[in-house]
Amino acid sequence: MTTPDQTWSFLFGRLTLDALPLHEPIIVATFAAVVLGGVAVVGALTYFKLWGYLWREWFTSVDHKKIGVMYMVLGLIMFLRGFADAIMMRIQQAIAFNGNEGYLNAHHYDQIFTAHGVIMIFFVAMPFVTGLMNFVVPLQIGARDVSFPFLNNFSFWMTAAGAMLVMASLFVGEFAQTGWLAYPPLSGIAYSPGVGVGYYLWALQIAGVGTTLSGINLIATIVKMRAPGMTMMRMPVFTWTSLCTNVLIVASFPVLTAVLALLSLDRYVGTNFFTNDFGGSPMMYVNLIWIWGHPEVYILILPIFGVFSEVTATFSGKRLFGYSSMVYATVVITILSYVVWLHHFFTMGSGASVNSFFGITTMVISIPTGAKLFNWLFTMYRARIRFDLPMMWTVAFMLTFVIGGMTGVLLAVPPADFVLHNSLFLIAHFHNVIIGGVVFGVFAAINYWWPKAFGFRLEPFWGKVSFWCWVIGFWLAFTPLYVMGLMGVTRRLRVFDDPSLQIWFVIAAIGAVLIACGIAAMLVQYAVSILRRDSLRDDSGDPWNGRTLEWATSSPPPAYNFAFTPVVHDLDAWAEMKRTGAPRPADGFRAIHMPRNTGAGIILAGISTVCGFALIWHIWWLAIASFAALLITAIAHTFNYARDFHIPADVVAETEARRARQLAALEGAAA
Amino acid sequence: MSTPADAAALTARYYDLDEHDHPEGGSTMLGFWIYLMSDCLIFAMLFAAFGVLGGNYAAGPGPKDLFDLPLVALNTSMLLLSSITYGFAMLAMQRGQARATQGWLIVTGLFGAAFLGIELYEFAHLIHEGATPQRSAFLSAFFTLVGTHGLHVTFGLVWLGVLLVQIGQRGLIAANRRRLMCLSLFWHFLDVVWIGVFTFVYLMGMLR
Repeated sequence: MTTPDQTWSFLFGRLTLDALPLHEPIIVATFAAVVLGGVAVVGALTYFKLWGYLWREWFTSVDHKKIGVMYMVLGLIMFLRGFADAIMMRIQQAIAFNGNEGYLNAHHYDQIFTAHGVIMIFFVAMPFVTGLMNFVVPLQIGARDVSFPFLNNFSFWMTAAGAMLVMASLFVGEFAQTGWLAYPPLSGIAYSPGVGVGYYLWALQIAGVGTTLSGINLIATIVKMRAPGMTMMRMPVFTWTSLCTNVLIVASFPVLTAVLALLSLDRYVGTNFFTNDFGGSPMMYVNLIWIWGHPEVYILILPIFGVFSEVTATFSGKRLFGYSSMVYATVVITILSYVVWLHHFFTMGSGASVNSFFGITTMVISIPTGAKLFNWLFTMYRARIRFDLPMMWTVAFMLTFVIGGMTGVLLAVPPADFVLHNSLFLIAHFHNVIIGGVVFGVFAAINYWWPKAFGFRLEPFWGKVSFWCWVIGFWLAFTPLYVMGLMGVTRRLRVFDDPSLQIWFVIAAIGAVLIACGIAAMLVQYAVSILRRDSLRDDSGDPWNGRTLEWATSSPPPAYNFAFTPVVHDLDAWAEMKRTGAPRPADGFRAIHMPRNTGAGIILAGISTVCGFALIWHIWWLAIASFAALLITAIAHTFNYARDFHIPADVVAETEARRARQLAALEGAAA
Repeated sequence: MSTPADAAALTARYYDLDEHDHPEGGSTMLGFWIYLMSDCLIFAMLFAAFGVLGGNYAAGPGPKDLFDLPLVALNTSMLLLSSITYGFAMLAMQRGQARATQGWLIVTGLFGAAFLGIELYEFAHLIHEGATPQRSAFLSAFFTLVGTHGLHVTFGLVWLGVLLVQIGQRGLIAANRRRLMCLSLFWHFLDVVWIGVFTFVYLMGMLR
């Protein structure tokens, strides 16, 4: 005989109605807002009959440009979520003094700081840099797509699937309350028996598959698909930094996969890798996860260094100073990033020699990074600099990032780290480099490449409003954290005893509000630009007088990018083509071989999401069924051999003729 | 001013005017190699975990109490033989003999299945003796490392079965040959990993 309870738990595992956080008014209100917004979006899409368009032109697309844009959209949406977490924490910390408990209970607050970290790194910064690399790299190397277009689509949807699981945790159950790296034994089953760590694990594992595959894909693309004549030392710097980043991805994400799998085994099977008893070693987890975690930092910043290199050269109107030293610096950073991981836990007690080794390697990284900064400065030296938005963000980056780098060197000194470990000084440091580096860089990149992606520029006024709010807001929000860190205030605190600290937290909260204005201005900038796209139109395809091949084609580029593959004779290939005035080919177009769209990627990722959800909630029948479905779908996909088609020569000729007329009209207008 | 002939020469200098379709799958072997290296890193982590935890018996059984070297030697020979027969399959593929390729693949699959069978027997025996993955960190690391390798072999067998069907349907077309090459890399890679497991876990375990 089975009781109804048994039937329920067979069908739904741990999932009961209690899992819905109906007792948390903040979450209920958020949920209501999300539902209303979601219904509005779905309704609008249905009303305007856009589903078919979205499915055919975007969701199933294997075009690297569209996938790149989808990554950016995903990053932007998750950025809003991650920032909502940030401002909630800032408000809580600003008011939780003098016996006031604030408005967030510990259960909720701990989820928020965990979710903030996880979302900002895995589902904001990663999609942003992956999206940029996806969009720009094939164009910069004169290719028609990436090496494995289907895998590219699949990678994106796996990342989106991970993001979806994190979002689901807000409304169904809970998220981890462990901090963003989920150290055991706290994240073990003994101390975190709920579903929070489950969400964490499966969201990251599913997204990790996508990240690793996209890393493999882009390495193969850069190694194999460069235009004729583009030797390694003629690759644009952004492509170089992307190559190094993807090497880092492939050489570090499997480590994350493995260590999270071991933690999952501890939680699901009862093994003893990271437990306190039966010979397990929690510190091994900390070592392993930082062997992934430190390279991850450089995965985020290296492509952004590439962005700044492109922007600096373009807006200074000359060749990048010290190209080869830039390349070597990138490679040196790539290698060094693997021998510094222990500086994240000097206080573990590895002994003076080990700590000194890792302290020194950490400080050594500042040398190639410094070389890069001087290269940018020398590029700008005596140049006629155009201070458009991408260049403004670049200058803000240089000023901000240098401070963050220097506080990093301070933290690299083990005795100093013993004082500052896990303090707000650390928090200020890494926000200083991630916001001042990655986020500013992404904004520079969006302003720089937006015209390439959509054929019109971003409106500068609101962009500048956003810029100033961000830069001032950043310093207002994080300088107090440096100060308090030096005073010994630790991270992740929910309430405070010492009333003298309150003023600092209030200042930080004001900074966060200013950043919120910056984000709002940015959204306004996008909206205004889209509305005024006709007056912001750029027909030239080269609005900034660019130097690299992505500016050689129209904006937005045709599906095939280049009707004839460019031949490269020099670094800054497009600058040279403009200098020599090589005319575009006017005839002799051929059919172009292209990959075919497929829905397999989104379907596989959808099934993975279901499988992850089932594993989180211990719905075993569904986990088994969805895993079987995953295998069968993947195998069925391998029976599809018709993966390519040709764009007919006359379609290419027509597209190129339209482009020629566009350029002729521009020349006519100029003359 | 430049003459039309000069302009045409410039165009030809900067554009590849005589471009043909790129052969499909030109990056596949490189991409698969890179994937294998990423997989290798997963194994590296599991080896490292075993290296750290391999001596933590938690007052439970150690390698000397558990391992049956002759059985492991038999198992190793199964996997090594499967690598050789996969090599024969590839030779047959190079000669364009679809039937012979399939035949050798089946032999490879049988050796692989024998390897898995013996491994499962070993696991069942250990668990029956109370040496479960939960018993100690050493056993957790042991089962995870060896089991992950076994899962890879299982996946290889599924892939091998799918390829058998696909060769039956379409013969040794370029796409299928490429897939056979990838599986070949994968299969030999698992062999190399197993040599590591055999040496590092079993042989050195007996010396602990």
